[in-house]
Amino acid sequence: MRPFKYQTASTVKDAVSAASNSEGSKFIAGGTNLVDLMKEDVERPAALIDVSRIDLRQVRSEGDSVVIGAMAKNTDTANHPLVRMNFPLLSQAIFAGASAQIRNMATNGGNLMQRTRCVYFYDTSMPCNKREKGSGCAAKEGLNRMHAIFGWSDGCVAVHPSDMCVALAALDAVVSVEGPGGKTRAIPFSEFHRLPGNDPSRDNTLENGDLITSISIPKNKFAGNSYYLKVRDRASYAFALVSVAAALEIAGGKVKDVRIALGGVAHKPWRAKKGRGVSERKSCDK
Amino acid sequence: MTDHFEDLHDAEGLTADEEKLLDELGLEGESRRRFLGQVGAAGFSVFALQLIAEREAHAAGEVPLEPAAERLPLENAVKVAFKVNGEQRSVTVDSRTTLLDTLRERLDLTGSKKGCDHGQCGACTVIADGRRVLSCLTLAAACEGKDVTTIEGLAKGETLHPMQDAFVKYDAFQCGYCTPGQICSAVALLDEAKRGEASYVTETTGNRPAKLSDDDIRERMSGNICRCGAYPNILKAIKEVHKGEETAATWNFAKPGLLDKEVDDETV
Repeated sequence: MRPFKYQTASTVKDAVSAASNSEGSKFIAGGTNLVDLMKEDVERPAALIDVSRIDLRQVRSEGDSVVIGAMAKNTDTANHPLVRMNFPLLSQAIFAGASAQIRNMATNGGNLMQRTRCVYFYDTSMPCNKREKGSGCAAKEGLNRMHAIFGWSDGCVAVHPSDMCVALAALDAVVSVEGPGGKTRAIPFSEFHRLPGNDPSRDNTLENGDLITSISIPKNKFAGNSYYLKVRDRASYAFALVSVAAALEIAGGKVKDVRIALGGVAHKPWRAKKGRGVSERKSCDK
Repeated sequence: MTDHFEDLHDAEGLTADEEKLLDELGLEGESRRRFLGQVGAAGFSVFALQLIAEREAHAAGEVPLEPAAERLPLENAVKVAFKVNGEQRSVTVDSRTTLLDTLRERLDLTGSKKGCDHGQCGACTVIADGRRVLSCLTLAAACEGKDVTTIEGLAKGETLHPMQDAFVKYDAFQCGYCTPGQICSAVALLDEAKRGEASYVTETTGNRPAKLSDDDIRERMSGNICRCGAYPNILKAIKEVHKGEETAATWNFAKPGLLDKEVDDETV
């Protein structure tokens, strides 16, 4: 691992200004992906700003939404009564990912920021446009059975590895971000991650110094009729070959709303919107 | 001080190589003695500074740095104080140091094992603030104020933790390398179940203590890999502690005299 300066931030403002004043710095919270990438020499931050102690750990009800803090651990989020009750789909998706140890360490903000597990991204002796611009894509003709089916480009066929994000995409979550100068933004989940296009090095639409502060999920009527299905090479602790977050709102024996999001198939959680028109308004036997 | 070192050198005498070196440097008589004195004083002052620094650190309850011979300047030193197995510890580490390396290399707690060092095997599992975590992916610098329990901290004196007893009873290991991680993970798992935490297999337990099925224990232990494949016995051990009902052991260590008796029987 390369040397780096380490500092802790106790407020969002401190963290953002530290990041703006320190070139090549990165935020670290749980560290489950970043520390590993640093060991592999894929990530080479000159400084780490530890944001895990910032008081953004609450899960709370706010108006018509449930707001989950960026620094809340994945485990605490999945077990929180508000999440279990309102969004069992999200609980299920979180529990489908990683191992108990990793979910205990990983934060919600970090889950969104985790990087692809494409083997060529990790292997610094191989070409990878995401790791090194213009070096090429070894996965396109290589080991790619777990790679993108939708939305890929000639430069990159990597997929986003998160399970949690697939559920958040299906639930139309909104990501709150604070950037330099205290500027805050609310990014709809479908616009948070991006497709590789001509610049696979960018996984999402955050700018330098932006810090995720919370994720807001509008309350809905999917709770009784949702499921997260994950298909993988072993029964547990493996990334998805494909996964599906599906949710139905049923009223009076008719489908009122449908949400389907797919995981492990694209550079971002993939919303299957065509499914909606077909299934909605169909009657169903519950 | 100079005289003291001169005396020392004179008393010990010089080797043939040292004599040759001084001759080559053209040092004779008084200049030779002066040179030896300077070398001795310089060496002593470096040694003394290290000694004083170590004594001060020791008095403050800190863990001394590595032995002088291996010492390199720390480029990004971070001082961190945390509890390990109930004892307050304080170490100064390079910012790159993981909790696992700190436990093993600095605190002499080598029970936690380095398997893959990438968070894939679970051999390094420890319990931090009541939660099982991977010490290989935790930076020591991030542990300020935390309360860490390792495999060394589970037993009470000579009395093993019930989970340790169960692992012995059910022969829940072969080579034993993954065992400290398996046991720490299993201990924390049962606390999670008591708190009513769910899993991918038991979707909701409504915050009531979860009764774990075999599949649920397997799911919740999936972060701990055992290359010997002792999984069936690991499952049995965890099940017994989870249920709190002891079942009779199917095997026991031979007691002194037992083997002799069997040999006698055979020879009769």
